Amino acid sequence: MKQKYLVISSALLLLLAFAGGALYYKSRQADAAAQAYQRDRSTFVRDYSPTHGNPAAKVEIVEFFDPACETCREFYPFVRKLMDAHPDKIRLYARYAPFHNGSDQVVKILAAAHKQGKFWETLEAVFAAQSSWAPQHRPQPELVWNYLGGVGLDIPRLRQDMESPEIEKIVRQDLADAKKLNVTATPEFFVNGKPMPSFGYEQLKTLVEDAVSAAY
Amino acid sequence: MPSRSSTLDSNWALIFVCWLIACISTLGSLFLSEVMQYPPCVLCWYQRICMYPLVLILPAGLFPFDRNMVRYAAPLSALGLATAIFHLLLVAGYIPENIKPCVQGVPCSEVQVEWFGFVTIPLLSALSFLVITALLILTHKRSSQ
Repeated sequence: MKQKYLVISSALLLLLAFAGGALYYKSRQADAAAQAYQRDRSTFVRDYSPTHGNPAAKVEIVEFFDPACETCREFYPFVRKLMDAHPDKIRLYARYAPFHNGSDQVVKILAAAHKQGKFWETLEAVFAAQSSWAPQHRPQPELVWNYLGGVGLDIPRLRQDMESPEIEKIVRQDLADAKKLNVTATPEFFVNGKPMPSFGYEQLKTLVEDAVSAAY
Repeated sequence: MPSRSSTLDSNWALIFVCWLIACISTLGSLFLSEVMQYPPCVLCWYQRICMYPLVLILPAGLFPFDRNMVRYAAPLSALGLATAIFHLLLVAGYIPENIKPCVQGVPCSEVQVEWFGFVTIPLLSALSFLVITALLILTHKRSSQ
């Protein structure tokens, strides 16, 4: 009988320690991210990062995404809806996190499209066709070209820009920043430097709404 | 000569310690991957396959105490120990690049955690498996006397 209690209480104690540790770790990380945002904003947002929304907005959403990531595609309209719900108060920045094999080629297409001022249009086309060029999380970047027709890109220029050292540098910088900010899965959002406490639509919505009511 | 029941008690305690180590290792590895979000490499998964079942198998042999449980648990812990040693050798560079089993995702030779300058995840894993294996063998020897 005594032995049973020993096992049960040990199990409970260990689980409690796990849960407590997890909560403590998460809160410490959120603090650290918020501090890093105050101190070193450039890790979150680079000059070259594609952005959308009012330049004077006080709430900044930084999204690290992978064009081959299904959840990123699903979050995209949700983020746009959040922005529409608070017009002119939110600005969105896109950061590249090509974690899938082959995604880096697609990211280069996006970065080169940004040079032509067509990042968001290209991103939407890439997301819309995602299941065709990245079935089962296996990106086949060469297929992406088939879906860019409607965007109105200067394709020969795009192909040339893609291979430029400038674009290579951008992708590498974004990956380095992702590592520095502990981004290991996509999409990862930072709202004025704060990451989601746990992953989900509601958590992002709460984070954004708290930031909006704090800033306005 | 210790009495029969106190030998039983101390054998029970040995397996209980094994179970505690297995639980701590399991929760620890889940903390690293799920809370701290370190992606586990392939070798780490193989070690998890050996460690996680111990959390359930060992208590099944504790109530009531069944010395045969060592026969079910030891193969897992021995295999885990072998994988952990392989992993340590890989990280230390004694095993050359080309026989690394992982080509995608996180390379197994990457050191993600290094506490006090020498404590790495595969080292903790190897220690856990080593202690569990040793205690299981000890229990088996004592209970078959």
